[in-house]
Amino acid sequence: MVTPARYWREIPQRYRLEAGKCTTCGKTYFPPRVVCTCGAREFETVRLNDEGTLRTFTVIRVAPSQFVDEAPYVVGIVELNDGVRLTTQVVDCNAEQLQIGQKMKVEFRRIQTVGEAGILCYGYKCVPV
Amino acid sequence: MRDVAVIGIGMTKWGELWDKALRDIFVETALLAIDDAGVDHIDSMYVGCMTSGLFVGQEHLASQLADYLGLGPIPAARVESACASGGLAVKQGFLEVASGFSDIVLVSGVEKMTDVGGDQATYALGTAADQEYEGYHGITFPGLYAMIARAHMHAYGTTREQMAHVAVKNHRHGALNPLAQYPFEVTVEGVLNSTMVADPLRILDCSPITDGAAAAILCPLNMAKTITDKPIVKVTGVGHATDTIALHGREDLTVLAATAKAGEEAYAMAGKTPEDIDLVEVHDCFTIAEICVIEALGFVEKGKGGTAAESGLTALGGNIPVNVSGGLKAKGHPVGATGVAQIVEIVKQLRGDADKRQVEGARVGLAQNMGGSGGSTLVHILEVQ
Repeated sequence: MVTPARYWREIPQRYRLEAGKCTTCGKTYFPPRVVCTCGAREFETVRLNDEGTLRTFTVIRVAPSQFVDEAPYVVGIVELNDGVRLTTQVVDCNAEQLQIGQKMKVEFRRIQTVGEAGILCYGYKCVPV
Repeated sequence: MRDVAVIGIGMTKWGELWDKALRDIFVETALLAIDDAGVDHIDSMYVGCMTSGLFVGQEHLASQLADYLGLGPIPAARVESACASGGLAVKQGFLEVASGFSDIVLVSGVEKMTDVGGDQATYALGTAADQEYEGYHGITFPGLYAMIARAHMHAYGTTREQMAHVAVKNHRHGALNPLAQYPFEVTVEGVLNSTMVADPLRILDCSPITDGAAAAILCPLNMAKTITDKPIVKVTGVGHATDTIALHGREDLTVLAATAKAGEEAYAMAGKTPEDIDLVEVHDCFTIAEICVIEALGFVEKGKGGTAAESGLTALGGNIPVNVSGGLKAKGHPVGATGVAQIVEIVKQLRGDADKRQVEGARVGLAQNMGGSGGSTLVHILEVQ
């Protein structure tokens, strides 16, 4: 369930693709972490590249409660050009023509509507280039 | 560490059990295991349950179940590792007996899933994925495994028909299991024409929503012979590993690294290799999962899992029978109970009590129970003494 505090604290990632880059080994984490697999604990904040490649995808036809009105919709895993992977909806596309390896671009979109008040929640989705 | 034996097993018919509450299902099953072992008390119990909070609004489950079991104020703990909760209960019970802390331990799993509607069940199961970075974007569990399936098809040429053969095989096995939720056969055409859930997976690629429980009694091996006349089954290998719970965090989307690691640990502890295993129960929550799991456990080469069901390799009577119980696909998948039910099936087989689905001469069995899209895995190897 999305609540105001939970939504608010994820804004740097969902609106601005802010990631953490290890200053020792250079590995980039999205979302940011406080410890790297190399053992280091120092990170700099970087913005992810907003272009990448579709690695796999599906068309969700049986959706969870908050997405029932959206189905069918495409969800995929997109590998951005800096190596970071996102699970994201793929929109403005013909699902029948999508292919693994296709080039993608990240865009800022509405993701879901929450609760009786219909609070709008935003974030990233991908569209074919 | 003491050697540990399984001396009792219990499982009732699984399905949509409208007339039974979670506690009823649990107690009925636990008593079967207690009676099967012939013990008059238990020292401690573990219950694997993924999310009774979301399915029936009940937490603090272990104390409630211990109370209704009527065996006094014994220590009881619920353990959770999504769909691997049952396997985790078995491991915790094993550790408690092996360490010498307790002698007779009940390990069990239970899930009551049909008190909520379909979209609520989809949501509850979805909590096993990363809520902020997978669930937020509308992914579901069939969707995650569908993405694994598409990646596997792309990388290795695995076909839609090959996945259908996994469902056909497991339903053929399940038709021989009177406790299975769906004890009937399906055809390749039936699977390929069933309703699409998350492309390329269809409804007959998916394990069902199920109410059910399973239980087993563990005790020290040297005590087992004084308690029961039944064949003694020893737990010889235990493996447990984790991976990123977000599918996108994995180097290779087709590799179940936690299963591979847990498998290696269990093989090493038991001193066995895949060639020594007579039957396997794996976590076929979706048809593609069985394909990836038999690759990770070393029963087939990486990328070659697709042909295993179609060729008969993994069928009853084949070289390495997989999911002779019917698997999650036909037997049902009450998520927290599944890992314990796999142990129940292996023990039945090793005792020679599996009737029409008996694997002839079975001496060594392996059970693999997996949480989420592969973020946790338990592997147990059991051998009859």
